[in-house]
Amino acid sequence: MKQNMVILIAEDDAGHFQLIKKNLWLTCVDSDILQFRDGQEALDFLFKNDTDIHLEEKKQYILLLDIRMPKVDGLEVLRRMKADEKLRKVPVIMLTTTSEAGVIKQCYELGCSYYMVKPVDYRHFMEAVQNLGEFLSLRGMRLPLIKKCCA
Amino acid sequence: MRKDGIILIAEDNEGHFELIRKNLLRAGICNEMLHFADGQETLDFLFKMSKKPEQERNNQEYILLLDIRIPKVGGFKVLEKIKQDTELKKIPVIILTVVDAPHAIERCHNLGCSTYIVKPTKYEDFEETVQKIGRFLSVIEIASLK
Repeated sequence: MKQNMVILIAEDDAGHFQLIKKNLWLTCVDSDILQFRDGQEALDFLFKNDTDIHLEEKKQYILLLDIRMPKVDGLEVLRRMKADEKLRKVPVIMLTTTSEAGVIKQCYELGCSYYMVKPVDYRHFMEAVQNLGEFLSLRGMRLPLIKKCCA
Repeated sequence: MRKDGIILIAEDNEGHFELIRKNLLRAGICNEMLHFADGQETLDFLFKMSKKPEQERNNQEYILLLDIRIPKVGGFKVLEKIKQDTELKKIPVIILTVVDAPHAIERCHNLGCSTYIVKPTKYEDFEETVQKIGRFLSVIEIASLK
């Protein structure tokens, strides 16, 4: 089964975004990568207008979500997605510098799939993203389909 | 995942369980692993723990690798029960199964699995898949249950 995976990355730090993108590309060569610079941009993409979502049915999405971002933070983006009947299926992986136990707990309660803390050390950060990329590009990985209309 | 986090493996196929255990080890995962041969055992373990009085519970991290076709209580039901429980829902559940059917994939994602992975048929590919799962587990944080 050939997948059409699109990796959405909500990340306001340009350096972090480049590092994530480069290291995902090493492992997820077939995937498109889209960046959002803040939570509002991510929400605008996901909820294009109030009546329906913007995602293409033929593609499969996964969101890497930073927490501390301008305008709308990652917790709010996660909350809004998981409250939406269709978008709640999109796997969300938190990728953030925050390592507070309370925040980790909150994200899992809201329904994130996984929570990753960005390692401070540059090389460890690259390795962690490569591990993530290898996991996402597993041949057996099956992502949910997003149906626009209530089928 | 912290070193003292526990990996729960619900898998009725003894050979598959051994392969999973060995290759998680090869990926450098030294965490304790608990094996459940059916869905009922899995639920009994989890719900016995979540029903203990709060003072008797330790902070403990878990992740569950869950097969779908397992005896007594199937994987769908196990997943559903976990995700309906306010405490247990924080456990990331990775479905690892031979079932490669769209309805099963949709159902598990609807119920709230973190990831759905189809077991590769070739032995070496299966080993590699488990090692990649292991290396990914080593870079994530899990919420501990209270």
